Amino acid sequence: MAKILIPTPLRPYTDKQDAVDVAGATVGELLADLTRKHSGLKAHLYNDQGKLRSFVNIYINDEDIRYLQHEQTPVQSGDTISIIPSVAGGAPTATETTLPQLTNDEIKRYSRHLIMPEVGVDGQRKLKAASILCIGAGGLGSPVAMYLAAAGIGRLGIVDFDVVDFSNLQRQILHGTPDVGRPKLASAKDRLEALNPNVHVDTYETALSSENALKLFEPYDVIVDGTDNFPTRYLVNDACVLLGKPNAYGSIFRFEGQASVFGAKDGPCYRCLYPEPPPPGLVPSCAEGGVLGVLPGIIGVIQATEAIKLVLGGGEPLIGRILIFDALKMKFRELKLRKDPDCPVCGTHPTVTQLIDYEQFCGVVHDEPAPVAVNNATEITSLELKKRLDRGEKLTIIDVREPNEYQINRIEGSILIPLGDVPRRYAEFDPNQELIMQCKSGARSGRAADFLRSVGFKKVLNLKGGILDWIDKVDPSQPKY
Amino acid sequence: MADRNLLVSSATDTAIRRHGEATYPHECCGAMVGRDGRVTDVVALPNTTEEGPRRRFLVRPSDYREAERKASELGAELLGFYHSHPDHPARPSQYDLDHAWPTFAYVIVAVAQGQSTDMTVWFLKDDRSSFEEGTLHHGENPHPDPAPAVHG
Repeated sequence: MAKILIPTPLRPYTDKQDAVDVAGATVGELLADLTRKHSGLKAHLYNDQGKLRSFVNIYINDEDIRYLQHEQTPVQSGDTISIIPSVAGGAPTATETTLPQLTNDEIKRYSRHLIMPEVGVDGQRKLKAASILCIGAGGLGSPVAMYLAAAGIGRLGIVDFDVVDFSNLQRQILHGTPDVGRPKLASAKDRLEALNPNVHVDTYETALSSENALKLFEPYDVIVDGTDNFPTRYLVNDACVLLGKPNAYGSIFRFEGQASVFGAKDGPCYRCLYPEPPPPGLVPSCAEGGVLGVLPGIIGVIQATEAIKLVLGGGEPLIGRILIFDALKMKFRELKLRKDPDCPVCGTHPTVTQLIDYEQFCGVVHDEPAPVAVNNATEITSLELKKRLDRGEKLTIIDVREPNEYQINRIEGSILIPLGDVPRRYAEFDPNQELIMQCKSGARSGRAADFLRSVGFKKVLNLKGGILDWIDKVDPSQPKY
Repeated sequence: MADRNLLVSSATDTAIRRHGEATYPHECCGAMVGRDGRVTDVVALPNTTEEGPRRRFLVRPSDYREAERKASELGAELLGFYHSHPDHPARPSQYDLDHAWPTFAYVIVAVAQGQSTDMTVWFLKDDRSSFEEGTLHHGENPHPDPAPAVHG
């Protein structure tokens, strides 16, 4: 038998007694007996997990049980146990005052988050208060936006200006077959709002540019880069560094993907990794080289995970590390990245202090104004080619695409020599002979034509617009990809 | 349901305000002693928090015991505690709620730029779900009659 002394605020629960006699061999057993006798005490002494609340102090005689054996502390007959309150409180912290409350519906929806201590109610409120901008509503943007919406990010922005195409549906799961022909933003907004009506979706139907990037990024906490080209990638990187906003980066090609977090405080940026863009044409785009449909799912979900971690502030973000994934080998590799003190944008003496012309920086040549590209002596249009074939001319058409592309569609009579094989095989042709070079859209065949001219071929014509233009203008019976 | 009223004399009111202004920009805290919802004495206590006294206060168990002892010496009881919110409204925070004890009156005085402004009193609901704002009566009436005009 031992005595428990009851503090003033708990006496209403013990019929006003300031001491209660209880039985048990340990402090824990005594307290269990006490709450059995006076059940109203339980909620005030224990938390929802059945642990003693942090501000409840239990003393045995004059010793705090925290310095003994906690609730397992043995009790002798005649010992006096005291429940002594720590009184604590304080003004709301910055997060408490600014974080929105969760509604009952939200509590139900996010319950699997709420029961994890790493997220909990406070973390979920942080997610609700957060705003994330997704650049692109395509392969990467689809899983990113869908998982962020499902997770309860309060405000989700999406920048895109494209229209849904059949060739998007193999991987861009934001969009469905009935959406083909609709703006991607319209189908994205429908999909995300159906998924989680608590999320506010902002859509920006515009091409991201040096003129609008800073203004678009400004209201967002985290930027997720889901772009598919170098000029935009450098633009997103530089704008994030200039604004001090983290960039959850991802990129995909064929079976390989990369992910990292750039632009974080004290972390490296994309330019620390790649100070200069590759020469135009060296790295093919997904439209040229293809991409496994599930790959953006894997990489996009990594980006979404990192964005959520940046908001919650826990774990180890992918800062200073780049994750490289190979779907064929099913292997992840991790490379360490260091912040480059000489980085032109995030280094100690930056030379890039405002956004530049990224198309020019990446050497992208526009179709229209570039005088070299519209050289009649080096190009031939689909209609001209058709006319000459119809006249019965015997023309040598060299298709420089890959065999699997050739399988999908081809100009009858063309010879397949993939671009990489051209330097080995050009000797099969006479340098005085006329050659017509062709690929999917005219870029690769243009490079092949340049090469052939450089080794002495006199008359090399590039088919303008490639097989896609040929199908549009001449042979609509063939499929496009 | 406990009586959700607290009567403070102007001397008590002044003592709490002075304490909050003196510790600004840090939080102050203290115990309120009295009987039948009327505060007769306040005991200023040291703020022993290790989390930053601008936003937190903590009364150690030993100080709590001291406050209870003082109350019984005076033939009174411990009615609750007061604390200040420097540059924040006189409303309880989530942290206040998480650490609240039932039946105690929690007086909060807002101190803006070193000057005390609003003073409010709060009581924890029995199910710990939130605080209920009580009414803070000011006056010298040494024999307040708790019965009339209490819940309006």
